[in-house]
Amino acid sequence: MKYVSEFRSPEIVDALLKEIKRTVKGTWHIMEVCGGQTHSLVKNGLLNMLPDNVQMIHGPGCPVCVTPISLIDKAVHLAMEHDVILCSFGDMIRVPGSGMSLLEAKSKGGDVRILYSPLEAVKIAKENPAREVVFFAVGFETTAPANALSVVHAHREGIKNYSILTSHVLVPPAMEAIMSDDDCRVDAFLAAGHVCAIMGISEYYPLVEKYQVPIVVTGFEPVDLLEGILMTVKQLESGEYKLENQYTRVVESEGNKNAIAVVDKIFEVTNREWRGIGNIPFSGYAVKKDYSDYDANKKFSIAITEAHEDVTCLSGDVMKGKIKPHQCPNFGTKCTPLKPLGAPMVSSEGACAAYYHYNLTTA
Amino acid sequence: MCLAIPGKIQSIELLYGGAVKMAKVSFGGIIKEASLEMVPTADVGDYVLVHVGVAISKVNEEEANKVFGYLKEAGELDELYDTELSSSPQKL
Repeated sequence: MKYVSEFRSPEIVDALLKEIKRTVKGTWHIMEVCGGQTHSLVKNGLLNMLPDNVQMIHGPGCPVCVTPISLIDKAVHLAMEHDVILCSFGDMIRVPGSGMSLLEAKSKGGDVRILYSPLEAVKIAKENPAREVVFFAVGFETTAPANALSVVHAHREGIKNYSILTSHVLVPPAMEAIMSDDDCRVDAFLAAGHVCAIMGISEYYPLVEKYQVPIVVTGFEPVDLLEGILMTVKQLESGEYKLENQYTRVVESEGNKNAIAVVDKIFEVTNREWRGIGNIPFSGYAVKKDYSDYDANKKFSIAITEAHEDVTCLSGDVMKGKIKPHQCPNFGTKCTPLKPLGAPMVSSEGACAAYYHYNLTTA
Repeated sequence: MCLAIPGKIQSIELLYGGAVKMAKVSFGGIIKEASLEMVPTADVGDYVLVHVGVAISKVNEEEANKVFGYLKEAGELDELYDTELSSSPQKL
């Protein structure tokens, strides 16, 4: 384990924190967009180590959290009423719908399977030609190539009993929606490292220019996050706004061309409903018409009543940085990970659940 | 959800006349299948960052060991075990 120390070494963390404290003069609100980064900040106790005038705002970057409740209901309906083999990632299976989660559907006899990869779902379809197999394909840009590739593989093999129920969301339109909100308090962004490993960084230049906001592409380890925060604070204190890349060891400016090509082959950009935020134009992917045989939304007629969110849930205010999770009156009382009222309490990458799991009530 | 785990390519299988490149990748001894279609130059012995069964970039050995060590220590490798396929590896 000789390598471990470098990413969380107390000496490096201390040095970065000191440098941040030396640099910061004003009060700044920095949003980490990615739920993985939120999770890492909370889990490693970094929020309590940062100076009080560097406030982290936890963005909507948890795909499981922002998947609309009505889509979860659709997946449950497919598992229970259409006799499909319903597959998804472990996180997604546990999120409650308006009636039940997919995990509960499984306990009631639905054929629900937790998979590591959508490519495994294609194998299941091949092995079960008499059954329909649906992969509940959630994710940000990082996951889009894998979900798209599952359709490419199924198509290439002539597998007809495979389709995906997509709830794909995109980071830059969400950042734009946050910045264009009149009450927005975000002074700078840490952009999500692996999203940029796929898509590259060019999409962020227009945001930097339009909103005059610093954006730093950042990794996930504690030292990455502190470096990203330091780079951001340096820009803010000097009145600069530019796009920088802290995560150069993984992110190349142009992204991964092969991944972008497979995403473009299968998906097209569409408007998308974000749980807790609402509809954001051009903020997600849908399966292209050429591949509609693999689109579960087209393949199955699913008539379910639209589910409504709990009106007392303040998750929208949390994801826009207006309040901290523990400042919500329902936090830890009416709203817990086992019985969440809203999106950010549903997965460990959601801000409310992260605060709840790590008992964070002061940051 | 956007976690990517570094692993070492153990073997490569070409399918459909070379159109699909699948690898067996070792994550600290846990072997999983991963597509190399996004990183076609990756070869046996190389390290790749894998996200949900698809390699998304190559990394060097030192970086791979650092990140894997960190993720293991931080208890972030559940997704390697959190599956139900009969071919799933056993938890180490």
